[in-house]
Amino acid sequence: MSQFETVIGLEVHLQLSTATKIFCGCANRYGCGPNTNVCPVCLGLPGSLPVLNSQAMRYAITASLALNARINGFVKFDRKNYYYPDLPKGYQISQYDFPIASDGYLEVKTKDTSARVRIKRAHLEEDAGKLMHDNAAGCSLVDYNRTGTPLLEIVTEPDIRSPQEAYDYLNTLKLNLQYLGISDCDMEKGSLRCDANVSIRPIGATAFGTKAELKNMNSFKAVKAALEYEVTRHRQMAISGGRIVQETLLWDDIKGVTVPMRSKEEAHDYRYFPDPDLVPFTLDPAFVDSLRAELPELPLQKQERFKEQYGLNDYDSFILISDRSISEFFEQCALLYQNPKNIANWISGPLLKEINQRKCVLTDLKLTSENFVNLIKSVDNGVVSNLVGKDVLTAMLDQGRSADVIIQEGGWAQVSDDSALTVIVDEVIAQNPSVAAQIKEGKANAVGFLVGQVMKKSKGKANPKKLSELITRRISNG
Amino acid sequence: MSPHCLTAHALLDLFKSSKVTPQEVFEDVSARVKLVDAKIHAYIHPAQKPSFAAGAFPIPIGIKDNLCTIGEEITCGSRILKGFRPPYDAAVVEKIKRSGGLIVGVANMDEFAFGSSTESSCYGPTFNPWDLSRVPGGSSGGSAACVAADEAVWALGSDTGGSIRQPASFCGIVGMKPTYGRVSRYGLIAFASSLDQIGPLTKDVTDCALLMNIIAGYDERDSTSVNVPAPDYTKALIKDIKGMTIAIPKEAFVEGLDPEVRKAVEDAVALLRKLGAKIKEVSLPHTPYAVAAYYIVATAEASSNLARFDGVRYGLRVSPKKVRKNALIDMIEETRSQGFGNEAKRRIMLGTYALSSGYYDAYYLRGQKVRTLIKGDFDAVFQDCDAVLTPTSPTTAFKIGEKTSDPLSMYLSDIYTIPANLAGVPALSVPCGFSKQGLPIGLQLTAKAFAEETLLRIAYTYEQNTEWHLTKPAI
Ligand SMILES: [Zn+2]
Repeated sequence: MSQFETVIGLEVHLQLSTATKIFCGCANRYGCGPNTNVCPVCLGLPGSLPVLNSQAMRYAITASLALNARINGFVKFDRKNYYYPDLPKGYQISQYDFPIASDGYLEVKTKDTSARVRIKRAHLEEDAGKLMHDNAAGCSLVDYNRTGTPLLEIVTEPDIRSPQEAYDYLNTLKLNLQYLGISDCDMEKGSLRCDANVSIRPIGATAFGTKAELKNMNSFKAVKAALEYEVTRHRQMAISGGRIVQETLLWDDIKGVTVPMRSKEEAHDYRYFPDPDLVPFTLDPAFVDSLRAELPELPLQKQERFKEQYGLNDYDSFILISDRSISEFFEQCALLYQNPKNIANWISGPLLKEINQRKCVLTDLKLTSENFVNLIKSVDNGVVSNLVGKDVLTAMLDQGRSADVIIQEGGWAQVSDDSALTVIVDEVIAQNPSVAAQIKEGKANAVGFLVGQVMKKSKGKANPKKLSELITRRISNG
Repeated sequence: MSPHCLTAHALLDLFKSSKVTPQEVFEDVSARVKLVDAKIHAYIHPAQKPSFAAGAFPIPIGIKDNLCTIGEEITCGSRILKGFRPPYDAAVVEKIKRSGGLIVGVANMDEFAFGSSTESSCYGPTFNPWDLSRVPGGSSGGSAACVAADEAVWALGSDTGGSIRQPASFCGIVGMKPTYGRVSRYGLIAFASSLDQIGPLTKDVTDCALLMNIIAGYDERDSTSVNVPAPDYTKALIKDIKGMTIAIPKEAFVEGLDPEVRKAVEDAVALLRKLGAKIKEVSLPHTPYAVAAYYIVATAEASSNLARFDGVRYGLRVSPKKVRKNALIDMIEETRSQGFGNEAKRRIMLGTYALSSGYYDAYYLRGQKVRTLIKGDFDAVFQDCDAVLTPTSPTTAFKIGEKTSDPLSMYLSDIYTIPANLAGVPALSVPCGFSKQGLPIGLQLTAKAFAEETLLRIAYTYEQNTEWHLTKPAI
């Protein structure tokens, strides 16, 4: 099996989150009633003409710059001609021989791996509408709200060597785009769609094997699963001496299999030609430079800075930058409390655990950096123990109230009061005479056991630091 | 003289002295339409009642059937668009309405502007007011005929390869194709987007300048519209061409040119020389390839522009009686089979072929290259000449049915007009005589981009020294 190498190329269609559509003034909004965000232009009514949305172009250039791509100064749009009811003009406006950008790359970094995936091209185009088949009524309906949504198609070179790497590429791409703030990258809403080409070849071969084109995958996990399925199929086919035919396959997420698309539907001659309604133009290099200058800090840059500025290690900084809002939250917290390592620990540990359990994102939690920092301070100052602190966090998120209020109202503050603790300490010493004897003989690490026992009895509210002093004192005095 | 016989500038004078009201003029023109349009068939249908909104130019106007007008059935002379009522006004229609314009009716045209005779309209042909057995030219034949027959005071047409100038010539009126980008195409149902331009058809040159003043100018809804301010074109109406140089391309006076047309144009040249113009023989070496290049580029764009007519959203939808492939493909095929006429089908196939993979370089790309060469020809001539003078059409109006079975000979009737569209430069046709049979002859002037004023000045000087524009057809 291992004598084969997997070759994967990905095509991502990204919906840009501009206020209006790419060639008209209609709102670019998801989830509205059918055909409510439409006008003569995006409906392709006769006589209507497209006008390029400059915001869409800025976003496309910004994304391309973030992908280290070369911006082609000559901007031209072409028509891709084909018939489909959701394509109102009978052609899609796209970019054929002059994509907005070419020859870029993306550093794909995970916790333990790092690879560079070359970007072949990125081009702008308009999205089509959506067909809805009403089987009961025996008809199909079209919603044109999505027509004219700006799409950036990002095509990789066949540089990806495993389904896992494809998965990592998509996550890294999404993260970078999130940082740019130009798309919500939500695959479920269709704002990020992915097609994949996959083939295998004997290790050492330079020619590509016959590829399969995969479509219809609705999550990054589905992309990975579909690719894994295909790689296995190709390998088995190669081993059994069968021949792979080039075809387009649809991924059935429920059954976990690929199904061939009818070959008739893919036999296309798109008859590309320059769209005469959109005059080609040249980008001012100063304009591109200004966009370059405005590029926000990207994840990898941020990670480097976090390591340097806050003295964080590779792992902590990677976890923090893996979500733009979390990285920003971290920095807000770091402004309020000069203990970045502690904040990082609290975020990558308890907070991320809460987020994962709640299957939500940070911004859903309505957690302020002030409250979060106050919680960490409470732990650091010994008001609550580390253990209780985690419960306080849970309660904060459940109730949407501040750490102080929860600690106070819940009576969760550590018991540092000597008289209250002394009672429990004496009780525990009495119950563990042999341990007490060891401590008396100078075996200091035996104190820990008694501390644990007292903590248990006090339901975690005892102040452990205070406690070990008290225990030592009581034993040496007793 | 009845108001319908007058030019717009004559009417404006009457309005000023309150001798007549716009309402009276509109009623007079409408009565004229009722009287003669059964013979001419310039209009597809009368427009909805004009609003008589205040404006500086309450002039009765005919609008070609490819200019969108809110609520009006606009069909491009095609069955496939029957029932389509645009929810928006074309930019020029907006401007006409704002100027107080009184829209008389929707003027007939060749289906999707494919033709030079207005015979391919699904509503049947328009007849030439000078001889009812002849075509009015095309594709803006309805717009030209309604002005020539006094069924409108002026009209708007569109010109992709001569569709304003050739019918103006056949009908004995003035027609101008402005510089590409001078008039917004927003709301013009496209034939070939890179060639189409809307322009005026009028009774004389002064009216042409007035109508240009209304329709010219930048429009941000049309990306090909050029953002330069439009001048006051009436300022170009100077009765003097001394010191101007007019170029005569030798390629224009070769075989296929009707001797009567040649004579009339030569007489015009002699007059212009007498009036002080310098005449210079030049060469436009690539114009012999213009018609071929045009039919590649224009049909390629048309095949794509017409793809939207698929029966899904508006206009005609034909549901197949029996499903053969699948319901959707059958519906589209049946709709397009029944919706388009023969010439439209011919051009869609030509254009689809020219763009198909493997042929793109040999046809479309080469067509575009020829286009660049033709533009270069004009640039060279305009280095030291103000305008190029040619006949507008090699012949006078031909008989109805004479060329319908021979598309190639029909295509050649645009031989003089096509180069201006390929080069994007302005060109104007002005009457310059009549044949022995009493058919109008047109003279074409072409100038460099945005030099419409040059055209108006030369044409005005010529017109003021001739009387061709004063003769009316007997209907
Ligand atoms: Zn729209």
